[in-house]
Amino acid sequence: MNRVFSGAGFLLAVAAIVTASLFTSSIAAAKKLNVITATTDLASLAQEVGGDKINVESMAKGYQDPHFVEAKPSFLLKLQHADLLVVVGLQLEIGWLPPLITQSGNSRIQVGANGYLDAAQFAEILEIPQGSITRAMGDVHPLGNPHYWLDPDNGRRVAKGIAAKLGEMDPEDAAYFQQRDQDFERRLAEADKKWQADMKPFQGRKVITYHNSAPNFAKHFGLNVVGFVEPRPGIPPTPSHTLDVINMMKRDHVKVIMVEPYFDRKTPDSIARESGGTVVEYLPSVGGVKEVTTYFQLFEYDIALLTKAFQANP
Amino acid sequence: MKLFILVGVVTLFTAGLACAQQGTTAPGGQDTTALEQKVRDLEDRLIALEGQVRVLKAQAGQAPAAPAAPSTEVVSPMAAPAESVVASIPVSLGGAGGSAAKALNPDISMIGDFVAFAGGNSIQPSPALEMHESELGVQAIIDPYARGDFFLTFGETGVSVEEGYITFTALPGSFVARVGKMRSAFGKVNGMHNHVLPFVDRPLVSQNLVGGEDGIDDAGLSVERIIPFPKGIFLSATGQVFRGDSGSGDQLVFQSHQKSNVSTVEHLRGYKDLTESTNLELGLSYARGHNELGTNFITNLYGIDATVRWKPLRRAIYHSFVGRSEFIWSQRQQAPFEQRAFGMYGSGEYQFHRRWFVGGRYDWSDRPRQANLTDKGGSAILTYWPSEFSQIRGQYRFTDYAGNHKTNELLLQLLFSLGAHGAHPF
Repeated sequence: MNRVFSGAGFLLAVAAIVTASLFTSSIAAAKKLNVITATTDLASLAQEVGGDKINVESMAKGYQDPHFVEAKPSFLLKLQHADLLVVVGLQLEIGWLPPLITQSGNSRIQVGANGYLDAAQFAEILEIPQGSITRAMGDVHPLGNPHYWLDPDNGRRVAKGIAAKLGEMDPEDAAYFQQRDQDFERRLAEADKKWQADMKPFQGRKVITYHNSAPNFAKHFGLNVVGFVEPRPGIPPTPSHTLDVINMMKRDHVKVIMVEPYFDRKTPDSIARESGGTVVEYLPSVGGVKEVTTYFQLFEYDIALLTKAFQANP
Repeated sequence: MKLFILVGVVTLFTAGLACAQQGTTAPGGQDTTALEQKVRDLEDRLIALEGQVRVLKAQAGQAPAAPAAPSTEVVSPMAAPAESVVASIPVSLGGAGGSAAKALNPDISMIGDFVAFAGGNSIQPSPALEMHESELGVQAIIDPYARGDFFLTFGETGVSVEEGYITFTALPGSFVARVGKMRSAFGKVNGMHNHVLPFVDRPLVSQNLVGGEDGIDDAGLSVERIIPFPKGIFLSATGQVFRGDSGSGDQLVFQSHQKSNVSTVEHLRGYKDLTESTNLELGLSYARGHNELGTNFITNLYGIDATVRWKPLRRAIYHSFVGRSEFIWSQRQQAPFEQRAFGMYGSGEYQFHRRWFVGGRYDWSDRPRQANLTDKGGSAILTYWPSEFSQIRGQYRFTDYAGNHKTNELLLQLLFSLGAHGAHPF
C-alpha cells in the first residue's frame, strides 16, 4: 500500500511536469531571434545591428554593478526562450550567470553551445595579468579587464561579431545584419571623430577612478588613470589609502575623480574636498541614467561631463 | 597545433603593424589617411586574432568559462571557481603539454568553517573549538550535455560526500535532470550548504524534523522544470526520488529497509519581482519515506517557505535585506500513536554597510517522536565580511528546550574560501 503511494506520488509529479512542458513547446517558434545580453551595452550594440529582426533584452540594468547582479529566477524566464545569449565574459558575470545558464533548461545557450556568445573574443583586452596572481591583489580578473566596451573601437568590433553571429543563426537576414553593421560603423566613426575632437584639449589629463573600470575609455580618449579610490579591486576604501590618494592628487595636480553610479559617494566626495578636485559621476553603461538609451548617448553623456569638469578644473 | 599557427600569425601581424606605423611617420600628404586606415584595419585583424587565440586557449583547457553553481542556493556566497587562475597563466609554448593538461582540471575550491562555542548546553553539546567542516568543491563542465559538481565535506573525524551529482543541461523539453547524491529540494534551508546559511547553526525545526545539519541528503535522481505561468510569475516544479536514507541517530528522518522503500521529495517554487529591488518567493514541499521503525512506518513531511528580498540596484553592494520563514509539519507513523509535530523559524538579515550584516532568528519546534514536547529559541547574529572570500560571524543563541532546560550560548564562526570564485547564492 505504502509502496504504491510513494510510486504514485512521484509519477504524478512527473506527469504534471510533462503536461506543463507540452503547453510551452508550441510557443517557441516565433520568427524573430530572441537575444538576451548580460549588460545593457551589449543589448544596445545587438539592437544596432539586429534592428527589427531581433528581440533583445539585457539582464543587468545600466545603473547596476555588473559584478554583483542577483541570480533572480525571473531571469530564467528570459533565458528559457533565448536563441542567443551574449555575455561580456572575462569572468565579469562569474558571480551570477553560471547557475542561471545551468538552470535555464535551454540547451541552445549553454556554455560552448551555438547560442552562447562571449563578446570578449572580439575586443581588445587590456591588463591581462602576467605571471601568477593571488587574491591578495583583491578580486582581480585573471583573464583581463572586463570593462572593454567603453572604447568605441571595441564597440565597433563587438557589433561586427554580433552581426556575424546573427547572420549565422538567421542566414536569410544575414545581408540585413551586415548592412546595419556597416551603417552603425559609419555613424560610430563619425561620432567618434567629434568625441575625439571634444577630448583633444584634455589629452593626457590625469584622473582617478573608483574601480578600475575605465582603462579602455582612457586609452581611447587619451586620459591617464593614475589611481583608484579602491585600494585593490573589490576592496572598499580604507583611510590610509584615501589619504595616499589625496596626497597624490595634490602633488600631481589631479583634479578629476570618475565614479560609477553604483558606488557610495562619501569617500570620493571627501577626497575631492580635501584635494580641491571634483567628482564626475560618469556612466559605465547604457541606461545608467534614464536619458542614455543608446551606445552613442553613453559616450556623449560621459564626454560632456568630463569636458565640463576638465574646463572647470584646469 | 592550431594555437601555434595562430600565435605565429599574430606575431607576424604585430611585426607588420610596427612597419606600417613607421610608414605613417614617413612622407606626408593624402597617403597618410590611407595608411592610417590600413593601420586601423591591421589593428582590428590583430585584435580579432588575439581573441581567437584566447578562445582556443580556453577550449584547449576546459570547456569554456565559468563553473556554475549547482542550484542558485547551493554555492557559497564567498566561494569562487578557479579555472580562471589556470587559464590566465601564460602558456609557455615549450611546455604546452603540461599547461594543456592542467587546463582540463576542474575548478577546485575549499571552504573552511571554523566554529567556537561558549556556554553550556547539555541537550545539544558542542565542543569549545572545532574545525567544523572543510568543504572541497570540484566542479566542471563534463561534455556539451552535462556538468558535474562534487562537494566533499571533511569533518574532524571523517569524510562524506555532501553532494556529488551530474546535471544534464541539454535535455529536450527544458527539463533539467540531476543524478547522484544531493541535498533534496525540501524547503530552503535543507538545500543550503553550511557556508551559505545566514546563521552559524541550523534552525531548531531543521534539527528536530528534517534531519539536522545533513538534512534530507541522499542518493537518487531529480527532475526540474520551469512551468509557464502568466504575469511574470516564475514557477518551477521539482520531483526527486531517493534511496530512502536520510539523517542518523536521533535526527533520523528516513530509513530504507528494502529496495522498494524509496523516499520522494516534491517542491513547487513560485517567484515574482514585486519591484526592481524587491521580490517574493513562495515554496511548497512534500517529502515521504519510511522511518526507522520498519517498512510499514511512513513519515510524511509538509513544508511551506516564504522569502522576501530587498536589494536596491544602485546600492546593491551596500544594502540588502532577506526575510525568510519556513513552516514544517511532520506526520510520523509509530506505535502506539501517529505523532504530528509542527515547527517553524522566521529569520531576517539586514546589510547595513558594505561589510556588515545584522540578523535575527526565532525558532519553535515540536519533537517528531514526541510531539507534545516543544523546543523554542532565538538568536541574534552579527556578520562581518573582510572580503568576498572570508567572513566572521558571531551568534548569540538562547534556547528553551522542552522540560524547562534553558541555555545561553555564544557561537563564533570563521569562514574562508580558497580557489575558484563560486556564484553567489540567491
